[in-house]
Amino acid sequence: MEESLEKILTNYRNNEGNIITILQDLEETFGYIPEEAVNWFSKRLKIPASRFFGIATFYAQFHLKPRGKNIITVCRGTACHVKGSERLLNRLFIELDIPAGEDTSDDLKFTVEKVNCLGACGIAPVVVFNKEVHGKMTLDKLMRDLKSINTDE
Amino acid sequence: MSKEIKIKVCTGTGGMAAGGENVLSLFRNALLSAGIDATFSEKCSVDKVGCRGFCGMDLLVDVIVDGKKITYKYVKPEMVDRIVQEHIIRGNPVVEWMVEDDFYNFHKKQTKVVLSQCGEIDPEDINAYIEVGGYDSLKKVITSMTPEETISVIKNSGLRGRGGAGFPTGLKWEICHRKKSDKKYIICNADEGDPGAFMDRSVLEGNPHSVLEGLTIGAYSIGAEEGYVYIRAEYPLAVNRLRKAIEQSRQKGFIGNDILGKRFNFDIKIKLGAGAFVCGEETALIASIEGKRGMPRARPPFPVDSGLWGKPTVINNVETLANVPYIIKNGAEWFASFGTEKSKGTKVFALTGKVKNNGLIEVPLGITLREIIFDIGGGIEGEKMFKAVQTGGPSGGCIPAEFLDLEVDYESLAQVGSIMGSGGMVVLDETNCMVNTAKFFLEFTQAESCGKCTPCRVGTKRLLEILERITSGNGKEGDIELLEELSYYIKTSSLCGLGMTAPNPVLSTIKYFRDEYEAHIKDRRCPAVVCRDLITYSILEELCTGCGACKRACPADAIRGIRKKTHTIDTSLCIKCGTCFDVCKFKAIMKS
Repeated sequence: MEESLEKILTNYRNNEGNIITILQDLEETFGYIPEEAVNWFSKRLKIPASRFFGIATFYAQFHLKPRGKNIITVCRGTACHVKGSERLLNRLFIELDIPAGEDTSDDLKFTVEKVNCLGACGIAPVVVFNKEVHGKMTLDKLMRDLKSINTDE
Repeated sequence: MSKEIKIKVCTGTGGMAAGGENVLSLFRNALLSAGIDATFSEKCSVDKVGCRGFCGMDLLVDVIVDGKKITYKYVKPEMVDRIVQEHIIRGNPVVEWMVEDDFYNFHKKQTKVVLSQCGEIDPEDINAYIEVGGYDSLKKVITSMTPEETISVIKNSGLRGRGGAGFPTGLKWEICHRKKSDKKYIICNADEGDPGAFMDRSVLEGNPHSVLEGLTIGAYSIGAEEGYVYIRAEYPLAVNRLRKAIEQSRQKGFIGNDILGKRFNFDIKIKLGAGAFVCGEETALIASIEGKRGMPRARPPFPVDSGLWGKPTVINNVETLANVPYIIKNGAEWFASFGTEKSKGTKVFALTGKVKNNGLIEVPLGITLREIIFDIGGGIEGEKMFKAVQTGGPSGGCIPAEFLDLEVDYESLAQVGSIMGSGGMVVLDETNCMVNTAKFFLEFTQAESCGKCTPCRVGTKRLLEILERITSGNGKEGDIELLEELSYYIKTSSLCGLGMTAPNPVLSTIKYFRDEYEAHIKDRRCPAVVCRDLITYSILEELCTGCGACKRACPADAIRGIRKKTHTIDTSLCIKCGTCFDVCKFKAIMKS
């Protein structure tokens, strides 16, 4: 971990970075913001850890807990909403056995997330499987796509 | 054999999702293996192009043989071979896959300025933009115009901010130009947060150089040497293309030091948003660029007085900036010839929801909603009834059928309780519940409220709670009045635009669809059969064939029955997910 953190620190110093760019690099490297990484930066830069957490909890992009191996993102934009994305989302939570109030299955295999709008409203409703955009989603197609992720492994 | 072959494949986000990249390489391979100009020289090209607007028909592919353009819709990988064999080699276009009248009707009433090159040129190649006259406006401005002259052209054109508030762009530039400061900044606001709007993404994906050109002209006008593009991280493709474009522009000397040999230095940096809707508000955006929590502050001072790091700063939206090169090129009068008295030019709208033709459109301001929805949009999907059109995202409102002949501009939309916003237009039909729609937007604004001011932080929460109560069948007498009163206070006392406009979806739906609110509260009934707690699913005996599709699909095992016999739903187990309703081919599932 130390090595990755040093790299992020160098990047911060060379590119006039700020707390947001550090957190973005952490998220990119670890998939979430580990507490010990924040403490490390806090000590090195003499910035209180609370400032890091204040920013990390403000923006949707940052996660304080590890996320699943597969990330399924359901677009909750207006166009997707009127075309039934809420039902897709509810179904995913049931199907993947994700505990209430959480977004990741206990085995860390799947994380289900909402996103405000992907701007792909022309092909609503949209679901993103591991960064791959799938448009005009139906419950049926969703289940098939889910199965294919499961069998790929 | 034909002399010139051009193939254009859409690779916007919509096109990519429909397999654009794959189809593109299949075309290349098919042409190669057919022995047609293996080198892809000037006579034969397969290009990726940006969004062409009609995302609902993706993947769209243009095949241009000797200048004759044929457009194919819903192109899939397995169709490529036949198109190459029959159309390109034998000269017989594949009629059954060609676009039909609806495609042409979709474009008939549009006037494309900002989108004129989107879908025509390769967005990742600066030369493609230069070939169609790109960067000519920048050259004109820098070599033959003073900043004052440039500002006066923009002022005379009547261009107003396309991000939503509609502030005159030329005036903003002029104020900043007059400020004396050692440093000034110009920022392109590409934090397109309104759900249901995707014009900024499409422009950045389809023609990023037009935005950079506009930004550089703006910098020259106000006297800025540093610029930023603040863009959502949720738009990876746009970010990627923007990065490439900045790099290419720097190489060609359109940005950097001594631009075009003159004493004008300007460079552009990209800042990625981290997923906060409120950062579209200019003071919050500035805080975010500075690396802080993106919370707005009170204005004045406005950013033109004290913006990024306390310096005079101009913030313009993507679409606003993309208009600039065209205004410089064609003149202020040309631009002002489109539109209405107070709202000049064209506007890009994202037309989505329950319309037949979904996509991105650009129309002269002053066009009616009816023309947009019925002529361009082709009417309502599935021959259902039009109910309302939602404009302006979470800050806007729902406009009912009685205003379909309204001429669209900044003022007219505000008069009917909505706003122009960034240009999202989501069409709702009879199967959409208006209370649920209001609740949807409040869920959004409540979650996105930054929490700094109490009216917005607490007010949106209370509004949402009341709406949740109503949609779950627990509404109380007086709830509508309570919503109205609360909305009034939130609107008048919030710190920034987010709170000031957050009640709009509630107020406009109450104003035009009060009966739906009353049905939920008094009769515990959702007229559009949407609200989950107010509906039950059952199976119609006379239509059920006993095929078992619903039983297999039900995630809650709530459906019983033996093959070829009528099935039934156990309502105590039913979770009302609606899966059975979707899978039944015989329309035997009833919602009531």
